[in-house]
Amino acid sequence: MDSGNVTWILVSGALVLFMTPGLAFFYGGMVRSKNVLNMLMMNFWCILVVPLLWVVVGYSLSFNGSGSVLGNFGRAFGRGFDFGGIEPAVMIFLATFAAITPALISGAVADRMKFAAWAIFVPIWSLLVYVPVTYWVFAPNGWLKARGSLDFAGGTAIHVNAGIAALAVILVLGKRKGWPRDGAPPHSMPLVMLGTGILWFGWFGFNAGSALAANGVAVQAFINTFLAASAAGLAWALVERIRNGHFTNLGVASGIVAGLVAITPGCGYVTSMSAIAIGLIAGVVCSVAIGMKFKFGFDDSLDVIGVHLVGGLVGSLLIGFFADPKGLGFDFAPGLFFGGNLHLLGEQALANGVTMAYSFVVTFAIAKALNATMGIRVTADRESEGLDVTEHVETAYNNSERTMGRSH
Amino acid sequence: MKLITAIIKPFKLDDVKAALKAMTVEGMTVTSVEGFGRQGGHTEMYRGAEYQIDFIPKIKIEAVVADHDVTRVVEAIVEAARTDKIGDGKVWITPVEGIVRIRTGERDDDAI
Repeated sequence: MDSGNVTWILVSGALVLFMTPGLAFFYGGMVRSKNVLNMLMMNFWCILVVPLLWVVVGYSLSFNGSGSVLGNFGRAFGRGFDFGGIEPAVMIFLATFAAITPALISGAVADRMKFAAWAIFVPIWSLLVYVPVTYWVFAPNGWLKARGSLDFAGGTAIHVNAGIAALAVILVLGKRKGWPRDGAPPHSMPLVMLGTGILWFGWFGFNAGSALAANGVAVQAFINTFLAASAAGLAWALVERIRNGHFTNLGVASGIVAGLVAITPGCGYVTSMSAIAIGLIAGVVCSVAIGMKFKFGFDDSLDVIGVHLVGGLVGSLLIGFFADPKGLGFDFAPGLFFGGNLHLLGEQALANGVTMAYSFVVTFAIAKALNATMGIRVTADRESEGLDVTEHVETAYNNSERTMGRSH
Repeated sequence: MKLITAIIKPFKLDDVKAALKAMTVEGMTVTSVEGFGRQGGHTEMYRGAEYQIDFIPKIKIEAVVADHDVTRVVEAIVEAARTDKIGDGKVWITPVEGIVRIRTGERDDDAI
């Protein structure tokens, strides 16, 4: 066993686990104070349910097998691992990826989804959508990977997948009351900035950890993660300065996350200067893409589609241009700018197209089925009063002088 | 001159604001408040213990208007804030003895 590699994978697992609370605060700050606890709970729910499912069957079906479409039960119930190698460390590291992927969707459904429906949606979606897509994109024999598409840390399998799933769910869920006439301003921008910082910190584990070794690829991925986030935050801020006249905190936070999303698929395949270019492009494209919801009329509360779907697509397709095996000294297909042909770009487009089609259809079916059986939307009264008190019987910010009488 | 004070449900603030703006009320002051009336409170749960919360969040709106505007402003607030459910709140009217606009020194009706 290589202790350096195992150490880095386990540390990265802890870093990525921290991203989900980070995401919770990033989203939680953006919703109104009557809904912040519901947002936190939707995210924390994912790190309760998904890791259990992952160790019981998820990992085995996502990675273990020789078929091209789905794994088998060879590693189910945590059995079959050689603890002299790195596989069990990789397995639990990847549990944190499985957990944060459905959590990304929570930003789109904010302010109006019945919590019981979310609680059931998360494990079903993980099994029916995340598991097969992960196998196709990441497993050694997965068909999209075998055809030659590249996804270093989860641009296609995680961000594009969750982004398009978010669209499918909100089409079933419907718009918030009053939207788009009434907006819902962030109740705490400091929480948003704190969440952004935690996400950025954790993302080093997400991307550099995906090298699954303490080596040069991990270092390059680390550098690229840093640069792309900075570049995209800068690009978004500059777009806002030119378009609206100000640098805003929310613009910078959104840009940083867009850059992190966009560099995720290519962070182990591109050089530092390409990472800056990818970040700049993602910052500009996503800052424009978040306007789509008003044009097309879908209520994506916190811009999961504009940032994760679009940012993931941008980053994944740009691998077809910027992949540079010679520049990095590693072995993979080159992009158009570095001696490659259209083949890689075509495979990137195919992998994302297939992922979007499958994820959209199955997610839409899951949401429809839940809506027909238990209903996925809270009543109008509960939506008005806020989900913290009505769904969770808690209040985020209590007046410190207030006392409560025990009922029982 | 009269001071109109309204206690309303928080999510009705936008509707009331829109109604008053539409009738050219020049300004209002809004405060987040807590209190109880006939609606009573609600219960919250912390570590399994259920608590009765008597004070529930409301919004207080204050606006000073000229005597001849009082009736229609009050009607507009009542119309906009009503959900027909318990806890919709109250509006009351208080006489105002004098007003000064600080910037110009204008007084009373000119300062509204």
